[in-house]
Amino acid sequence: MTRFLLRARSAAGAFALLACVLACFFLACAASAPPASAQLRNPDTSVNPTASSVNERQLLEQMRIISGRGTIPDVRSYNIVQPAGREWRRFKEVTLRWVGGIAILGMLGLLVAFYLIRGMVRIEAGRSGRTLVRFNGFERFVHWMTATCFVVLALSGLNITFGNELLMPLVGAEGFASWSQWAKYAHNYLSFPFTLGVIVIFLMWVAWNIPGRLDVEWLKEGGGLIGNKHPPAPRFNAGQKMIYWVVIVGGTAVAATGYLLMFPFYVTDIAGMQLAQMVHSTVAVLFIAVMIAHAYIGTIGMQGAFEAMWDGKVDVNWAKQHHSAWLAEETAKQHASSPSQGRMAPAE
Amino acid sequence: MARMKFLCDADRCIECNACVTACKNENEVPWGINRRRVVTINDGKPGERSVSMACMHCTDAPCQAVCPTKAIYTTADGVVLHSKDLCIGCGYCFYACPFGAPQYPQVSNFGSRGKMDKCTYCAGGPEADGSKEEYEKYGANRLAEGKLPLCAEMCSTKSLLAGDGEVVADIYKERVATRGYGSGAWGWSTAYRETVES
Repeated sequence: MTRFLLRARSAAGAFALLACVLACFFLACAASAPPASAQLRNPDTSVNPTASSVNERQLLEQMRIISGRGTIPDVRSYNIVQPAGREWRRFKEVTLRWVGGIAILGMLGLLVAFYLIRGMVRIEAGRSGRTLVRFNGFERFVHWMTATCFVVLALSGLNITFGNELLMPLVGAEGFASWSQWAKYAHNYLSFPFTLGVIVIFLMWVAWNIPGRLDVEWLKEGGGLIGNKHPPAPRFNAGQKMIYWVVIVGGTAVAATGYLLMFPFYVTDIAGMQLAQMVHSTVAVLFIAVMIAHAYIGTIGMQGAFEAMWDGKVDVNWAKQHHSAWLAEETAKQHASSPSQGRMAPAE
Repeated sequence: MARMKFLCDADRCIECNACVTACKNENEVPWGINRRRVVTINDGKPGERSVSMACMHCTDAPCQAVCPTKAIYTTADGVVLHSKDLCIGCGYCFYACPFGAPQYPQVSNFGSRGKMDKCTYCAGGPEADGSKEEYEKYGANRLAEGKLPLCAEMCSTKSLLAGDGEVVADIYKERVATRGYGSGAWGWSTAYRETVES
């Protein structure tokens, strides 16, 4: 053991001596060479340690996101540069505000102009005093549940895009933040009954919303909105069918993208999240514009329309004017089932 | 006024993760949140490089622009800070951020986000400098004490530089000129719309 140690010591000594000699040799070389700084400024290009190294500029030209391997569980952190965030920001700040502003204010402007020119569409023959069931209790419940959710979702959604410019100056930063926090909760939680409503609406009314022959004529006649003709229509006319399909397609789109946003990164990556937000908000502002038109024609735009969804019954003359084919169908059905006593009841 | 920036010299980073640890400790960053992380590109292949990345405190910060509650602001030093009192956890800053800096504690099931947390350049938040509230919400305020972010201060190879943008750019340029190569000031073109010649 002792002998081994001694031998190791002498070996170490020999190495140290060799190192000293070598150091002296290199120092002598360095003395005869040009000044050190000049030498470093003109490095030996025969050895380039970065010849194969990754370069940020090249990587950015090749791909939209630079990512690598990280050591923490959060895989999203493995992306180090994603300039696409800048593009998404432009969408949120500029594009969405213009699209939303034009769609919603444009629709309001159109409706005001239409109301001023055409006024309320009246029941031409006056009320008959006899009514007819148009929507049963279940249909009305589903409609109003979905509609209430829609209004809250729309306002809380618009708040995210427009709130900090329109509402924040009025209520202050703290007030706006706490309102927005509650609006966010409402937006998240009311999405569930809203989605349920869209599904049930799809199932309960799909049978009457398949485009048909009468729709072509209805559209050709301008739906009775333009001019004074009243083309025949079944239970839902072509305009209502369009509203229906906007609700189904738009509702599905906002629900699907909304859940992607609500359960962030469960199924998609950062690019997918940005796209989901873009689809969600664009569809939503257009959806809102269409629903404003729907609310208009269902209330001040047409006499006798609101009661259809409020207490479920419409005046027979209203039905004759707007949905003659449906009225004929209903009358035939009633005559067939109980010829002596129809379901038409006198108004109280 | 100085314009504070980070610069990671990837040719010096040895992926020791000391910056990550220093940040977590100095700011008592909550569990599950990493304000800084080290990512290795082309791992195990010739020319692999590691980059330490956190909030870059962008010029005209995208997160600040998209924040629905205007919770994010830029200080006179060019540091991007945020108010956890105003944040509603909508997640928009993460979509806009080119560097994946914003982090959210998960407050309930379904990935619902809490108040955003990110690198503060060791400069605290809107509360009074050095106050207890500030420390609890945002961590240390070293800048107010005349110190730089701890991640850069204790970087063993001086790969990660923090300080006035012009000064750190000059240091990096000097290095590139001296050694004859550089893989670029990572993130600078995206964060500051400028590059350091390499």
